[in-house]
Amino acid sequence: MGNMQDYDTLLKQICELLVPLVEEGKELREESDFVADLGFDSLKVMKLLEKVEDHYDISIPLNILTDIQTIKDFVLQLQKLMIS
Amino acid sequence: MSLFDKFEQIAAGRQALADRGITSNVVMEKIISSSEAVINGRRVILAGTNNYLGLTFDPDCIEAASIAVREQGTGTTGSRMANGTYSDHIKLEQELADFFGCKYGMVFSTGYIANLAMLSALTGPGDILLIDADSHASIYDGCRLSGAEIIRFRHNNPGDLEKRLKRLGERAANTLIIVEGIYSMLGDRAPLAEIAAVKEKYGAYLLVDEAHSLGVLGQQGRGLAEEADVEDRVDFIVGTFSKSLGAIGGFCVSNQADLDMIPFAARPYMFTASSSPSVIASTRAALQILRTRSELRSRLWGNAHQLYQQLQELGLQLGPEPSPVVAVRVANIDQAIAFWKGLLEAGVYVNLVTPPATPDGGCLLRCSVSAGHSSEQIEQIVQAFAFLCRNTQAVQAG
Repeated sequence: MGNMQDYDTLLKQICELLVPLVEEGKELREESDFVADLGFDSLKVMKLLEKVEDHYDISIPLNILTDIQTIKDFVLQLQKLMIS
Repeated sequence: MSLFDKFEQIAAGRQALADRGITSNVVMEKIISSSEAVINGRRVILAGTNNYLGLTFDPDCIEAASIAVREQGTGTTGSRMANGTYSDHIKLEQELADFFGCKYGMVFSTGYIANLAMLSALTGPGDILLIDADSHASIYDGCRLSGAEIIRFRHNNPGDLEKRLKRLGERAANTLIIVEGIYSMLGDRAPLAEIAAVKEKYGAYLLVDEAHSLGVLGQQGRGLAEEADVEDRVDFIVGTFSKSLGAIGGFCVSNQADLDMIPFAARPYMFTASSSPSVIASTRAALQILRTRSELRSRLWGNAHQLYQQLQELGLQLGPEPSPVVAVRVANIDQAIAFWKGLLEAGVYVNLVTPPATPDGGCLLRCSVSAGHSSEQIEQIVQAFAFLCRNTQAVQAG
């Protein structure tokens, strides 16, 4: 870890990783809510975590999920995790 | 915004099932034996229980429970810490420790509470719980209660586990790895020898939940750790009385001396009423049977292999390996419901499992076999599946 990423770069990369998991036609914005806007269920959330973990070679504690509703929340949590 | 808004999604799920003709949980109107009951007025074979050794109607277990209820009453009315420790609780703890060759044993009121108590007492803020992704809900809930950091590793993947332990560095010493002997949905077992090797390499601790493997795996029926010959490398074994032992309750055995401290640290243990005398008595009798009547295990595995092989011959897609849990994968929820209803009408009860309760988002018809099933009953289960496979279109339409 310790590979601090700037917010905009991380946001862009996360959106790229999200594309295959999101129904075609759904727009990915910072404020997109994973459940309400993107239709994520618990299985899709876990798939996303695995993809992000593999991509950055990190482990994401499930505890952070309670603080995540939107893509922006997720990116901010990831940033924290990467500098810890 | 109301307190009840959060139930909308659940209500929508229930409605979707109701639209397909499933309005409530199955009710067993009369229990005939360990392998048969009356449901919807019809006599059915029970192929959706966890009654692996078929002991729920064993005469010795019933007699022991009857004597206990007459001599000690119907309940303890209190927790183990207050007024709920009877001498038979202690005897069962000693018998479990002896059976597993461990120094310490603890009994809990349910298997769910055993996991809640053990995980929340063993770990706390600053510690790490590394759990298999397909872990039972009681493990996830115990993790949440602990306040520790929760990290999942890919199901049955020691390589992924090692990657995560490596990332933890020195924190691996504060890590408890949790796996299950047999996973309840697909019936597959953990690669325990490899997992134990990885945990030793990084100096972590290992807890194995033998809920579905106690009485099922191992020469003596002690579970997967015995079968994989790694009992001395597993730090904690947790299990339940509600499956092979035919009662209700949970336990933990260990050689870690600090297990003695768990009663003073585990809130789910401290603030729950202890098991009723009749439950403890039938469990003790069942444990004695598990230890002495290995033919039950042989019969169970004979039935498991027969069902797995014959369902495979029908072309059905099954879980990865023969096991007393035989999971049939079904293409979609409509077909799963049609099959499940068709089986019930044909006199066979299995478990209908739909997402998110399934590991990979598919639908399952979870069958489980018992030593209490006769070979003819297994044949009837297969015939019911065969009929439905031949008439899939008709079933779907009807």
